[in-house]
Amino acid sequence: MSAHEKKRRLKKRHKKINRSPVTTFFLFLFIAGMGMFMIFPLILIIGNSFKPLNELWIFPPRLLPIRPTMRNYQDMFTVMSDSIIPFSRYLFNTLLVTVLGTAGHIILSSMCAYPLAKKKFPGRNIFFALIMMALMFNATVTAIPNYITMASLGWINTYLPLIVPAFSAPLGLYLMKQFMEQIPDPIIESARIDGASQWKTFWLIIMPNVKSAWLTLMLLSVQGLWNMGATSFVFSEELKTLAYALSQILAGGIARQGVGNAVSVVMMSVPILIFIFTQANIIETMSSSGIKD
Amino acid sequence: MRISKTQQSKSTIKAKIKRGFNKYGEDYLFIAPYFLLFIVFSIIPVVISMLMSFTNYNVLEFPGFVGLRNYMRLFLEDKTFTLALKNTLIISIITGPVSFFMALLFAWLVNEFNPRVRTLLTLMFYAPSLSGGVYLVWQLILSNDSHGLLNGILIDLNLIYNPILWTTDTKYMFASAIAVILWMSLGTSFLAFIAGFKNVDQTLYEAGAVDGVKNRWQELWFITLPSMKPQLMFGAVMSITGSFGIGDVISGIFGFPSTDYHLHTLVHHLQDYGNIRFEMGYASAIATILFIIMIGTNRFVNRMLNKL
Repeated sequence: MSAHEKKRRLKKRHKKINRSPVTTFFLFLFIAGMGMFMIFPLILIIGNSFKPLNELWIFPPRLLPIRPTMRNYQDMFTVMSDSIIPFSRYLFNTLLVTVLGTAGHIILSSMCAYPLAKKKFPGRNIFFALIMMALMFNATVTAIPNYITMASLGWINTYLPLIVPAFSAPLGLYLMKQFMEQIPDPIIESARIDGASQWKTFWLIIMPNVKSAWLTLMLLSVQGLWNMGATSFVFSEELKTLAYALSQILAGGIARQGVGNAVSVVMMSVPILIFIFTQANIIETMSSSGIKD
Repeated sequence: MRISKTQQSKSTIKAKIKRGFNKYGEDYLFIAPYFLLFIVFSIIPVVISMLMSFTNYNVLEFPGFVGLRNYMRLFLEDKTFTLALKNTLIISIITGPVSFFMALLFAWLVNEFNPRVRTLLTLMFYAPSLSGGVYLVWQLILSNDSHGLLNGILIDLNLIYNPILWTTDTKYMFASAIAVILWMSLGTSFLAFIAGFKNVDQTLYEAGAVDGVKNRWQELWFITLPSMKPQLMFGAVMSITGSFGIGDVISGIFGFPSTDYHLHTLVHHLQDYGNIRFEMGYASAIATILFIIMIGTNRFVNRMLNKL
């Protein structure tokens, strides 16, 4: 740690070349102001989630509660109790979809990225070109044929159409492949010489070395799945997700506003917490994200 | 002689395939699960969509071939499509480059500070796009009555007397939408830029200082940006693809359809015909056009960045 710290300090000293303190001060002011603008709506919603209902509509509007209360969070579990589906079911659905989708995405992308990054099998360049192309279009383009595919597989109104397509998100594979390319070849070769199978090399040598990359894939995948709202693949209420429930609560009008804020806070805290803990790893992964021609 | 030659070549091809499989079989096994899903859910759909755009498929009846009729109808008869195309282009031409340069500027500034401040600032700027569906909070800020935060503040300061209809008055909708879109646009490209700035070889700066680089702006232009071109290209792809795919944010805050179709984009038009009217052939034509626009813009911008 201390060596690490020293290295950092050295880096800092290097950077002091060509810096005027006056400009630094004004740049800091500017970026602090912009940062406030970015974070303000999130603070607003956190503040609102602790407001009792009568404080939500006072004029002029206030950012923070006068008499903070946990009521909205308690109400989260009761507000939809009169509906057939309890709130906990939506939470369970979202957790299930997020955990399975993310796990599958990390495992399949890593397995696929390994030969792409380190082997010279025929067809490799074409495949990677397809991945690059997939980065350049949005999933909305494929929505209609995907519906037909799901229907013919008999997957409509199950969890599968929410989980399985997430396995093959192109961004994750791309980042993983770029990151794996940095692993020095001798490590892999020596493992092979010691008699490790490809599978063993992959699990015991590659995967521990790309921890940063799979943490990044985890964040990106959770971000997408955790926030997934209503889809056309699922129509049974008991299979729907938390983000869908949130939109239903918010549509419930003024009386539901407080609970809606509490659910929003729960929704946003999960990806933010993951990012706080994995931040350094994610930046490390992104440093190999560049497109090289 | 001849027969034996063909036999020989046949057997060598077989041997080659066999050898190839022995050599690469495991690699293909590793790729297979991802590859299969990727082809089924990302590549084949694009092809099917293109083929379907030449049919009148409507889910109930067997599709019939209609040639270019869907496209003719889109460009010649469908006024809403023309409007959606125009809106999509305007919104992406504004939000795409602005979000790209915003991400670049903020990443650069964030990188000027010590690691602890840098971590905090990164989180502040990345949090909106990180928290996904929470953009609905803008409903509270832009709410049309005096309880909306923005209206409340403006009325309280006596700047306006009647609440402004931020989300339904066509005079203000566009500006409101751009603000919200930019607010949550600092995504993956922002992180890539931060990493790019962090990884520039520090000795280059010293060498630059010796060679007469006088301030941080010159340093940025002559040293930093040229050495992070790969990240810039990646960031461009992310910004472009994102800005053409905007749809849910708008319907979440401004409703679907928005007032006078003022913020109607190609994504909305696609959802309208695909999910509501079930005119799948027609919707596929819209999807195909969106696909071509996305790929075309990406290729074009990447080629331009490559020339720099």
